[in-house]
Amino acid sequence: MNKYLLFGISIYFLYSCGAKNQPLPVLGEKFVQDGDTVFYRIPEFAFINQDSQHISNSTFRNKIYVADFFFTACPTICPKVKKQMLRINDRFDREDQVAFLSHSIDYRTDSVPRLKLYSDKLGIENPNWHFVQLAKDSIEYFANAYFNVAFEDETAPGGFDHSGRLILVDKDRHIRSYCDGTDEEDVDRFMVDMQKLLGEGL
Amino acid sequence: MKVCDFGILAGLFVLLFSRCDRNPFPQGERLYNAHCASCHMEDGTGLVAWYPPLKKSDYLLKNQSMLPCIIRFGLEESITVNGVVYDLPMDGLRQLDEAEINNLINFISYRWGDKRFVQPETISEQLTECSEQE
Repeated sequence: MNKYLLFGISIYFLYSCGAKNQPLPVLGEKFVQDGDTVFYRIPEFAFINQDSQHISNSTFRNKIYVADFFFTACPTICPKVKKQMLRINDRFDREDQVAFLSHSIDYRTDSVPRLKLYSDKLGIENPNWHFVQLAKDSIEYFANAYFNVAFEDETAPGGFDHSGRLILVDKDRHIRSYCDGTDEEDVDRFMVDMQKLLGEGL
Repeated sequence: MKVCDFGILAGLFVLLFSRCDRNPFPQGERLYNAHCASCHMEDGTGLVAWYPPLKKSDYLLKNQSMLPCIIRFGLEESITVNGVVYDLPMDGLRQLDEAEINNLINFISYRWGDKRFVQPETISEQLTECSEQE
């Protein structure tokens, strides 16, 4: 009788340990196609970054990346979010498998030279941190693609409304984690997820 | 009876010291958090070379008398803070009245400046300099 109890307990512990080490979930809608489960993926994109280099999904092949939406003249949450992203960068900048993709939603102001100035002024030397400008008609499309909210709003400070959410994308273009980029504690948890994803083999 | 006296004395002491610790400019702090903190940050550290810091800022210490004008009308020209050039213009907060500017400045000075208390007359006087420019 005792043996069975012990067996049960050890199974329970094995199971609960396993649960802790479970991989990060793949977020977003999923559906079954030909018997396989297909997960949501980040759509195709092609941009020009602050160094006038063409970048696309393949730039992030074999990397995990953090995506956000912002604009350089943003008078509300962006500076705070950028400060948190700099913290993430400080921790992972020696890791070539970690990249950043910051989308500016200010299609009027944030040209390539302006984004270059911004990344220089922020002291960013990480070659894997890309700043890109979204075209007016693609802001909502890409914000939605990253489960984010961003749109033009004349009444909002700076002319745009958007959330400060950071999104973690894996090498297969799946969304694996997110956090509120204005919340230091949530960003700490997010960095644990990043570390975990690196440990899983991206 | 003596124990009671001691208790009261100790209580007064605690009250005194906790008062000392507290920010004496709550309205200034509220205004700072509402209008300034998103760029200059709640802890006054700014954003690298994009938005200047108020904390440990040589510019702030040297230019305290210009604060009323900067707060009301913003800043167009570039400034150098601790050797770093900041050239992004700052918008003015024209909606703030003199008393609010006074409270805001006293909070900033208390937190990051020379801790000198600025009188309302001084603020009015300093503001006349920029209202003439307008």
